Amino acid sequence: MSQALNPAALMDNADTHSGVSNAKLGVWLFLASEIMLFATLFTSYIVLRMGSTSWPWGWDVLNVPLATLNTVILITSSVTIVMAYAKAYDKDKSGFQRWMAATILLSFGFLVVKAFEYGAEFKLGIGPHTSIFYAIYFTMTGLHGIHILGGIALNGGLLYMSSVDEHWKNPLFLGRVEGAGLYWHFVDIVWIFLFPALYLL
Amino acid sequence: MSQDPHGHAHHPELTFWEKYVFSVDHKVIGLQYLITSFFFLLIGFGLMMLMRWQLAFPGRAIPLIGHMFSADLAPNGVMSGEFYNALGAMHGTIMVFLGIVPLGVGAYGNYVLPLQIGAPDMAFPRMNMMSYWLYLPGGILMLSSFLMPGGAAQSGWTSYPPLSIINPGQTMWLLSMVVLITSSLLGAINFLVTTINMRAPGMSLWRMPVFCWAQFVTAVLLLLAFPPLEAASILQLMDRVFHTSFYMPKDLVILGQAYAGSGGGQPLLWQHLFWFLAHPEVYVLVLPPMGIVAEIIANNTRKPLHGYKTLVLSMVAIGVMSFMVWAHHMFISGMSASLGNFFLVTTMIISVPSVAILTCLIFSLKGGSIRYNVPMLFALAFLPLFGIGGLTGLPLGLTVTDIYLHDTYYVIGHFHFVVVTGSIIALLGGVYHWFPKWYGRKMNDRLGYIHFWGTTISMCAIFMPMLFMGMAGAQRRLYDPTAQLHNLPVQSWNIVSTYAAYALALFQLPFIYNFFHSMWFGEKTVENPWKATTLEWACPSPPPHGNFEKTPKVHRGPYEYSVVGRKTDYWMQTDAS
Amino acid sequence: MGTYGWSLPVAASSYAGSIDFGIWLIHAAMLGIFALWGAFFVYLLVKYRARPGVAAEREDHEDTPSHISVPDSFSKFPFGQLLYRNKGALKSLVPDMIIMAFEIALIVFYAIPVWSKIKMVVPEGPEVVHVQLIAEQFAWSFHYAGPDKKFGPRRSELVHFSNPIGLDRSDPASHDDVVMGNELRLPVNKVALLKMYSKDVIHSFFVPEFRIKQDILPGMEMPLWVEPTKTGKFEIACAQLCGFAHALMRGDVYVQTQEEFDAWYKSRLAANPAAATPTNPSEEF
Repeated sequence: MSQALNPAALMDNADTHSGVSNAKLGVWLFLASEIMLFATLFTSYIVLRMGSTSWPWGWDVLNVPLATLNTVILITSSVTIVMAYAKAYDKDKSGFQRWMAATILLSFGFLVVKAFEYGAEFKLGIGPHTSIFYAIYFTMTGLHGIHILGGIALNGGLLYMSSVDEHWKNPLFLGRVEGAGLYWHFVDIVWIFLFPALYLL
Repeated sequence: MSQDPHGHAHHPELTFWEKYVFSVDHKVIGLQYLITSFFFLLIGFGLMMLMRWQLAFPGRAIPLIGHMFSADLAPNGVMSGEFYNALGAMHGTIMVFLGIVPLGVGAYGNYVLPLQIGAPDMAFPRMNMMSYWLYLPGGILMLSSFLMPGGAAQSGWTSYPPLSIINPGQTMWLLSMVVLITSSLLGAINFLVTTINMRAPGMSLWRMPVFCWAQFVTAVLLLLAFPPLEAASILQLMDRVFHTSFYMPKDLVILGQAYAGSGGGQPLLWQHLFWFLAHPEVYVLVLPPMGIVAEIIANNTRKPLHGYKTLVLSMVAIGVMSFMVWAHHMFISGMSASLGNFFLVTTMIISVPSVAILTCLIFSLKGGSIRYNVPMLFALAFLPLFGIGGLTGLPLGLTVTDIYLHDTYYVIGHFHFVVVTGSIIALLGGVYHWFPKWYGRKMNDRLGYIHFWGTTISMCAIFMPMLFMGMAGAQRRLYDPTAQLHNLPVQSWNIVSTYAAYALALFQLPFIYNFFHSMWFGEKTVENPWKATTLEWACPSPPPHGNFEKTPKVHRGPYEYSVVGRKTDYWMQTDAS
Repeated sequence: MGTYGWSLPVAASSYAGSIDFGIWLIHAAMLGIFALWGAFFVYLLVKYRARPGVAAEREDHEDTPSHISVPDSFSKFPFGQLLYRNKGALKSLVPDMIIMAFEIALIVFYAIPVWSKIKMVVPEGPEVVHVQLIAEQFAWSFHYAGPDKKFGPRRSELVHFSNPIGLDRSDPASHDDVVMGNELRLPVNKVALLKMYSKDVIHSFFVPEFRIKQDILPGMEMPLWVEPTKTGKFEIACAQLCGFAHALMRGDVYVQTQEEFDAWYKSRLAANPAAATPTNPSEEF
């Protein structure tokens, strides 16, 4: 290998032209593309709603209490993942694992509540095909749910890695936790927009 | 993999799979993209050759292989409407998403960009490998749609609903697109972080070769423009698989049957979302080739490019503006007419940086000492031919004249001039230019000249007639052009285009032979056979893993040719003297 | 001999002339631009070919180096310094500026006014001929309101191969309606307003000689007006991919004198107004 800079060694090095490390810049760019993805869906929602002759009020047809619970769950999970990062920063392994496990549990909780919500709708024969309102509702919350699953996989992976000495001691580990945190906050923010857009308007 | 403080990686000897198949080295990945994309280009070309037979001789059985097609595709060897439409939709999709973008970005960008900025590899080598290994399966998935019941997608590469919701083959197309878009997004992130963070010391942004700027703007376009198509495709998948009605209005009656859907959707929504990507996409098709042309011209005129700053700023301007012109594809779509006026104005504005780029490239020839080698011929041919493509965009971009020319062969002529005699010519030139770096050997010149002249002339002969056909009002996507009587006065042009297309196929044979023969038996070459100034020529041919012996230090701009008072007519960027 | 046409078909509507003017003007400009650039290009390729003993000449003198101060004549204006320092770079923008001026003139004086006239005006008045066009895979139906100027209502439940537009014949308004398949008849020199609908997918109504084209979106009503100026028979083509038989989706426009048109209409009504619907080609598949 040459004396030249090794990409792996640069992953977390913030001494770059941009002042941001490769990994962090990569995560931000990924989030930029995700913003475009969800922005497209929000725009479609606006276009379809404005172009339709009738559109139900969200609170009339959807379960607002459950969704409010989910909002609280998700915001709490964003707090717990910040705590996990703080513990990882302090090299407190058990602290990190507790807070990360809490984050993952809360994420599962979100999905369980979602399952109840969807289940109640499916039992009534309501699905994405029922109306354009339900189509956008299921599609957007469904895609968001897939992103939650992705986050669970990511956070679960980090939780597992923390139990392996080679990974916990790796100087890149903290950066990975931070990246996962950034992604998780993004998922939270999407929900913060989704919730009022679908349920409260 | 352990690391020492200087960042050296001491890894064990790589296995065959790690070295050649799942390599994380940008050069290996670049060559994988190169071969794979050429393979897909050939397939797309083959589809087109079938279509061209039907267009020139509608109703006549396809010779030699006609009987090999099933009865739904070509009963008695005569192409059916479904098969023709499938060939058309897949030809466009394959050429754009499996051919040109992977070639321009995945192959050239991957191989050359890190070298030109003095980096040892991409910022995320493993993610780079994943990009390729999403592209290849995505491409195979796309091709496999031909084997699905009902056949391949046949609603145009543009996939307009409601047709695309009720037509066969579309679900596979949509799923493949999701895989391909993911591959593209990972690649875009990689390119951007690499360009921003991994430039060698002294390589300021204003000392980057134009090629790198082109790749940079392209990566921004890919990052931001593809997700809307992904979202739109998800909605279309929902319509097809879960019977939602995102794009389906109420009360549709398809071939006598009422369509069972909730209604409430808008077909126009797809068009806006699709073109929001697809317009930046066309700049993705053309910017890397422009970058290649810039490099070849600078090198073979032995002087700096004219207007480096103008070139770069124009590329950035094109990138920004490309997000604001999309609905010029939709003037006739039924969207509000005042929107038409808005996009008319933005479209005229975007022509400014495009003209500026061509102007700078042409003016770069002035004062030069022009070497007419094979890559330079391709780069030079790009200029007037892309110019024809750009000029024919004018009547299309103007609302009033587009009323007549929309969806005619004029459009097909226009975009093929831009993409085939433009992008593909430049991409071919790039092969001759960088082949010595990739393989340490030179390609044969005589075969190169034959390839150049045969290719360029055939291409013009294919597409120039289409402009005439468009003027007569000949519509596109007609499996039998003679079924519409107003096409009869121009039908003979179809025959000209067909024979020219077959000639074009023949003229690729010397290229294919030249490429593979030279890989093993070509004349061995040195580090810098073209006597160029940019960093990729300051390392061995081909470069070893890690590219540079020591981190290069950059002392000057990328095109310091013919500096007065120096012994040689080129002064490399890394030359410390 | 061969059919190597290259020109526009005959212009047969009132605004065809404006559209043709635009097409020819732009092409003249395109050819002029290409010829000028092409000649310059060839000149450069010949003049600056590599010759032994002749070196390339850099253009370093184009941009004014920083130690030379900006003269007063430039620094008086905003951006004057920027302009003076980058004179060389700005020279490359001169061709651009000329083309821009041409384009701006084209937009302001041609495109916007003509586009408004064609796409934003909905003709009114008693003289306008009203026709409803219903497009489907793969046929055109033309529905005339008749002397009562009222279109009989259409319902999707009533769609049947013998009634492709779903005309409710029980309604009195439809008793004087005529429905034609793939055949549009119009009186010459009269403005016709077509209201266009699609039953299934996107189609597009295109008559080359009229220079009219408009996509028809299902679920929406698309207006299109035309004033034919020549009698004769002209072809209707579908201009948006609509399925496997898109190529076959054609029809004819017969432009006749007012007398011929009235006579034709009377004969269609007399033939059998209630069943004035021809066979629906799409069910032949």
